[in-house]
Amino acid sequence: MVIDSIRDGIVIDHIKTGLGLEIYRLLKLGKLDCQVAIIQHATSQKGSKKDVIKIDSPIEIDLDVLGYLDPGCTVNVIRDSKVAEKYHPAIPETLTGVISCKNPRCITSAESDLPHVFRLTDKDAQVYRCIYCETMAKKIKI
Amino acid sequence: MRHLIDILDLSPAEIDQLIATANDIIDHPADYAEKCHGKKLATLFFEPSTRTRLSFETAMYELGGHVIGFSDAANSSTSKGETVGDTIQVVSCYADIIAMRHPKEGAPMVASQVSGVPIINAGDGGHNHPTQTLTDLLTITREKGHIDGLTIGFCGDLKFGRTVHSLITALSRYKDIKIVLISPEELRLPEYVKHEVLEHNNMTYVETQDLDSAMQNLDVLYMTRVQKERFFNEADYLRLKDSYILTVDRMEKAPATMSVLHPLPRVNEIEKALDSDPRACYFRQALCGKYIRMALIMKLLEVK
Ligand SMILES: [Zn+2]
Repeated sequence: MVIDSIRDGIVIDHIKTGLGLEIYRLLKLGKLDCQVAIIQHATSQKGSKKDVIKIDSPIEIDLDVLGYLDPGCTVNVIRDSKVAEKYHPAIPETLTGVISCKNPRCITSAESDLPHVFRLTDKDAQVYRCIYCETMAKKIKI
Repeated sequence: MRHLIDILDLSPAEIDQLIATANDIIDHPADYAEKCHGKKLATLFFEPSTRTRLSFETAMYELGGHVIGFSDAANSSTSKGETVGDTIQVVSCYADIIAMRHPKEGAPMVASQVSGVPIINAGDGGHNHPTQTLTDLLTITREKGHIDGLTIGFCGDLKFGRTVHSLITALSRYKDIKIVLISPEELRLPEYVKHEVLEHNNMTYVETQDLDSAMQNLDVLYMTRVQKERFFNEADYLRLKDSYILTVDRMEKAPATMSVLHPLPRVNEIEKALDSDPRACYFRQALCGKYIRMALIMKLLEVK
């Protein structure tokens, strides 16, 4: 399968297989005007499976979202068809406006203007909790 | 400026200091009668809780201060759709300190983000109620002389009982505490509390359904009410509400030194006839609530 290489844009590589769509959704890539390609089950150089997202525009990527979903992925910034910069997203301490609290008793359910903020409360288990009601964020299922 | 939203907002040393101040107030109330002269406490009760509100208001009066506020959301601008943030920004122009109770979890945290004066969480839904926990810690200290090394049983609704979760959390910072969890299967302590509080802090705990034998080793028995509003169906509530009732007969077989605490109000989980038993501490506990709130108001207002 051939996807045109990009001149100026972003390649999110080494995404855990199955997380490509979730990353596409949470980064709101569907709202972009430029071309976006999600490649699922690509074969990496080491022979394992991965997802890849190619974005044909040099947009700002919310690294917190990536660090939350898949800290193992890499972000390549492409300029003039070359990798100009490479980032490894870190696991973020807080997440603002990325996921929403589902607890119907939480103050965020009553006041829609409040930002939904989650804090990393257990680094080993990667548990995020709503800062208001401490409800645990649902783990993303692959 | 400090707020009290969660019991863990206070360090163990600060809690010790509050307990010491409360004990001193009990011994020398006259010394404190004018400490908050000219200060105003706003009690903003977006959900009624007469007991907690009266405790805060009496505490402020006994410090020589004044009280303003409302006792349920129908009397506040919330009924007109005002946000918590807006209410707090207005009230913090008038009051020096705010005690607020709200049915939504996290509302006091939202308040603390915009308030110009200290916020005390006086209960946010089924979430936190730190002044109840301070009350419990003061009561245990007064009844037993110390907290370290005690075996403390919790009985009844350990699933929804926020007072239980937050007292266990507070106890995790003391030494050699043993926790005994007594409840029916359906009302057991949630896994996340066991994992994140008990196991994370290497606390010793056991779970049992047998109140009578568990009581034999307890220094403190903390009874709780099975609350109807926490259940989604009436049948479950009716089936579980009478699970554990502390009776005179049961107490005859309990240790002579076992203190019985209860956050009140009770329904039927403690027999009235037990009230005269010297081991029944729950009314003394309610009194402790006033004194620890006095100590807390002084601390947050930075009154010496
Ligand atoms: Zn929440």
